[in-house]
Amino acid sequence: MYTQSFSVADGEAKSGLKAVAAPASAEDAALQTHFDAVIDADGKIEPRDWMPDGYRKTLVRQISQHAHSEIVGMLPEGNWISRAPSLKRKAILIAKVQDEGGHGLYLYSAAETLGTSRDQMLDGLHSGKAKYSSIFNYPTLNWADVGVIGWLVDGAAIMNQIPLCRCSYGPYARAMIRVCKEESFHQRQGYEALLVMMQGTAEQKAMVQDAVNRYWWKCLAMFGPPDADSPNSVQGMRWGIKRISNDDLRQKFVDATVPQAEVLGVTLPDPDLKWNEARSHWDYGQIDWDEFWAVVNGNGPCNKERLTTRVKAHEQGAWVREAAMAHAAKQQARNLKEAA
Amino acid sequence: MNPPASTPALKEWPLWEVFVRSKQGLEHKHCGSLHASDAQHALQMARDVYTRRQEGVSIWVLPSNAITASEPDSKDSFFDPAADKIYRHPTFYEIPEKVGHM
Repeated sequence: MYTQSFSVADGEAKSGLKAVAAPASAEDAALQTHFDAVIDADGKIEPRDWMPDGYRKTLVRQISQHAHSEIVGMLPEGNWISRAPSLKRKAILIAKVQDEGGHGLYLYSAAETLGTSRDQMLDGLHSGKAKYSSIFNYPTLNWADVGVIGWLVDGAAIMNQIPLCRCSYGPYARAMIRVCKEESFHQRQGYEALLVMMQGTAEQKAMVQDAVNRYWWKCLAMFGPPDADSPNSVQGMRWGIKRISNDDLRQKFVDATVPQAEVLGVTLPDPDLKWNEARSHWDYGQIDWDEFWAVVNGNGPCNKERLTTRVKAHEQGAWVREAAMAHAAKQQARNLKEAA
Repeated sequence: MNPPASTPALKEWPLWEVFVRSKQGLEHKHCGSLHASDAQHALQMARDVYTRRQEGVSIWVLPSNAITASEPDSKDSFFDPAADKIYRHPTFYEIPEKVGHM
């Protein structure tokens, strides 16, 4: 399960997000005051409560991007279901990928409470307008990638998601609580799969190191741009949607991961990674933000492939969705006739 | 953002609310919603989505549009009459300490 700390505008949404517009009338001003008071008191906003347009738009964008990430995230791991090295690993991977589908559904449902239909959101994804986590636009080249996705990608996602359980929007917070409960299995199964590989042959160990080398920096980028370059973060914090800044979450992740890498016996590919006694944190090197933005904007190695696969699955499933509706209509007509 | 012509909103599977009883003796609790073509379908989907780890022993589904809800705007006027009836709470009554727990 995976969020990227998206302060990233969707294709056409850039102009629509001018934070809070000036309240139009005295009534709106009163509603705004009430809303602000609830947020200040760390209260919750529920679907039918009044909320500023900007709050609604930000949530729809963030929750739907989050949902899309779950759904697209099924693809790189799904590729390995048929090639998992044992029946045990295959069963685990199927369960994990099924979880991701479920997480996508919890999140789509939460976004729908804001008045956006499922079809609208899917259209946003399939047309390429809506973003999803850039990490899935990289290929999964060997079996160790599956372990590394669990350990690092899900690990980074958990860091992002735990504070979201306290998000001010009730349905999003409740969905995240459900997700986080299931998430720990994802990270642990990945780490354990890597532990097993690290007890194997030199080639197997090299596969793990190779996967870590390819994924490490991309995982750090998952937390989103540095605080100084995240103007939307401030508004997200004000609204209680975001609780901890991108850089703080990233630091927490690095601090948690370094000792795990040591136990595993792999090297994190950063020569600048050093314990800083004064800060009591690990220092780390420069993240390549140009690459991050290139991938977010559609130019990663797998952007086209992921989207094509997703659209194809949706289109080829159309007859199933239509047949289910036709069946339901027929059953209903039959029941009415019998009752008559 | 309009849905594409091939999938008009009317064709979307209807929305269902899901309630799960986590174990015998407890009430069914709302746990989320999902789209399904009919009630049986919704039950199966709810099992797959909300009880993958034995979170439930019984599931209710009902069409979301069958729910009638109070208006959030009338929160004050709707619930206010209860606020000034403090004599409905046990703490309203003072009982001598020697009586003990009552």
